[in-house]
Amino acid sequence: MKTMPLLASSALVAALGAAEARAADLTLCWAAWDPANALIELSKDFEAQSGHKMSFEFVPWPNFADRMLNELNSGGQLCDLMIGDSQWIGLGAEAGHYVKLNDFFDANGIDMADFIPATVTGYAEWPKGTPNYWALPAFGDVVGWTYRKDWFEKPELQKEFSEKYGRDLAPPKTLEELKDIAEFFQEREIDGKTVYGAAIYTERGSEGITMGVTNALYNYGFQYGSPENPYELDGYVNSPGAVEGLEFYKALYDCCTPPGSSDWYMSEDIDAYKSGQVALQMNFAFIWPGVEADPNVGGGKSGYFANPAGPAGHFAQLGGQGISVVSYSDQQEAALEYIRWFAQPEVQKKWWSLGGYSALKAVVEDPGFATSQPYAQTFLDSMAIVKDFWAEPSYASLLLSMQDRVHKYVVAGQGTAQEALDGLVEDWTEVFEDDGKI
Amino acid sequence: MTDTAMGRVAEATPPGVARRIRGLSDRAIAWIFVAPTIFLLLAVNIFPLIWTIRLSFTNFRANRPNAEVESVGLRNYQRILTDADVWATMQATAHFLFWTLFFQVLLGFALAWLINRKFRHSDLWTTIIVLPMMLSPAVVGNFWTFLYQPQIGLFNYAVEFLTGVPATSFSMIGEVSLAPWAIVIVDTWMWTPFVMLICLAGLRSIPESIYEAAECDRASPWRQFWTITVPMVLPFLMLAVLFRGIENFKMFDLVVQLTGGGPGNTTTLTSIDLKREAFEKWRTGYSSAYAIVLFVTVFGLASIYVKALNKVKER
Repeated sequence: MKTMPLLASSALVAALGAAEARAADLTLCWAAWDPANALIELSKDFEAQSGHKMSFEFVPWPNFADRMLNELNSGGQLCDLMIGDSQWIGLGAEAGHYVKLNDFFDANGIDMADFIPATVTGYAEWPKGTPNYWALPAFGDVVGWTYRKDWFEKPELQKEFSEKYGRDLAPPKTLEELKDIAEFFQEREIDGKTVYGAAIYTERGSEGITMGVTNALYNYGFQYGSPENPYELDGYVNSPGAVEGLEFYKALYDCCTPPGSSDWYMSEDIDAYKSGQVALQMNFAFIWPGVEADPNVGGGKSGYFANPAGPAGHFAQLGGQGISVVSYSDQQEAALEYIRWFAQPEVQKKWWSLGGYSALKAVVEDPGFATSQPYAQTFLDSMAIVKDFWAEPSYASLLLSMQDRVHKYVVAGQGTAQEALDGLVEDWTEVFEDDGKI
Repeated sequence: MTDTAMGRVAEATPPGVARRIRGLSDRAIAWIFVAPTIFLLLAVNIFPLIWTIRLSFTNFRANRPNAEVESVGLRNYQRILTDADVWATMQATAHFLFWTLFFQVLLGFALAWLINRKFRHSDLWTTIIVLPMMLSPAVVGNFWTFLYQPQIGLFNYAVEFLTGVPATSFSMIGEVSLAPWAIVIVDTWMWTPFVMLICLAGLRSIPESIYEAAECDRASPWRQFWTITVPMVLPFLMLAVLFRGIENFKMFDLVVQLTGGGPGNTTTLTSIDLKREAFEKWRTGYSSAYAIVLFVTVFGLASIYVKALNKVKER
């Protein structure tokens, strides 16, 4: 009789001990922005289902790469899960920061064909174009445009615009049309206030101006390298089209941006737009839910359009991130459990409803998706035309060189566009030489 | 002897230990005392310096610990010394250094001289004047970006009020011609009080009897200023210049907050450039060579300056 309670209590202790061992305290690292708050909300479901506790480490965008890449490079154990920027994937894979997920995906029925192809290439694959996966597409993002629909609809402005440009004041189809609109609004009095044309990316310290200027460069003919040899840069990075694209971006900056916008990125553009300073705003799609909810510019006062086409093509700069398991984590099992949970269609649907841009086809191809939010169709249109920056392990050097070269020309007005891009070819060539790629 | 504290300690010391210590020479005991400091200096200063010199001849990248490290000879040094961008950052640093020191010495000395006049509420004014240097550089950088804002910035409105130039027509931190001056203005605003305090200490250390003797000799105030005040304050002033020079040579936080090194690379000072190379581009070998070049420059300049300072003191 005495043995029964003893056995029962031993089993209970063992069971509790096992549960204790399974319950992990996972830390997810990401940028500090609106979608991160949505993810905290979403992750409560995971905590309830799994018994694991989720902690979050969010760093503001200007310091995000600096802080998190230092963490990874030093083999730090702060993060179990990392929603790292798309360009980090090469470094994450080659330096061994991320866990390769192919076997895990196979074992758990997670198929990359179920995700938007551009996000798989952009956020998960390394080397690009090969079925080697280091992340699960977590947050689809792309540069697009927001405009003041209420200003566009003003009859007196419509009349004046059509008289001047011979077309309606409507979302532009081309970059040239976009510049016309920005010029039209520059220093115009609207509702007793001086407003400006467009808030564009000009930030120098991290990645801002590169994420902006590429939206012009791609569409005027810039290519990262030869289609046959990606490291053959001369004639592609500094092609006549690319030079024209860079000149366009400078012209847009010179003619149509608010005074003092020489170092603006996401948050400055948002502030300028929400405070009614500008008619147009270049920004990543993640801001759109916030724009819709804003009392000054939301509720139908704003419209959205994909980056307009240029003479040589129609592209937009890819943003967004994949979620990876950090190889230095000692809680990889629980981290993988999170990814398995996150990949489920119903979780992805909820992710979208909370303001997270799901990359799962089942969500974005749902018949009701395009009309589910005023910006949903623009998101789909934009994701269909994305192009991304280098994702090489040396992406930071490549990025900073571009930041320096482009900022010097566009904002500081030093040298010519041709000189800026020729210099960029030299810088990038040096980086690839150092890496032994050429 | 037992009545003294030392005696009591000696008595309380166990005989074995006492014997052992008594067996040591003064030199050995001195070494025991300084050894921890020497060890710390070696570990924290000398070893990293030697390691940096070693890395400066390689292509090492700290973010690729598994990659093969190759010796590149003097290539890193050659690249640095022939890179136009590096020279541009050197020029930007020299511009910043010269003008901040010039204005801070001029204004700091003038303020100290005025404060030393002992007027009503002079202590209150001293406290108000030194407030800027008590603020964090990051905070100062941040609020000056607002002051410099063309649309809402008080600085631009003050310029408009005084000169008639429209506030929105210029951007202090966004224009190539103005940005180098924008950082000089902020650093001068923040650190002039520091120079003022050192000069004030110098002024107050001059014995009143010297001025009284000069007055007996009928020396004019102008002559007293140039033959008594300036020479006697000069060592203090030179010390202030040394402190501010070293600080401004490694200036980072304030300028990063204000301009981020832009527009272009107009305000990219050497410390900002070095940080980008070392911890953003992760070119560890290259940045080690860069650091050595800067170290030699600062060390050389500081040595010359300290010699000059000592000569002034000896006079």
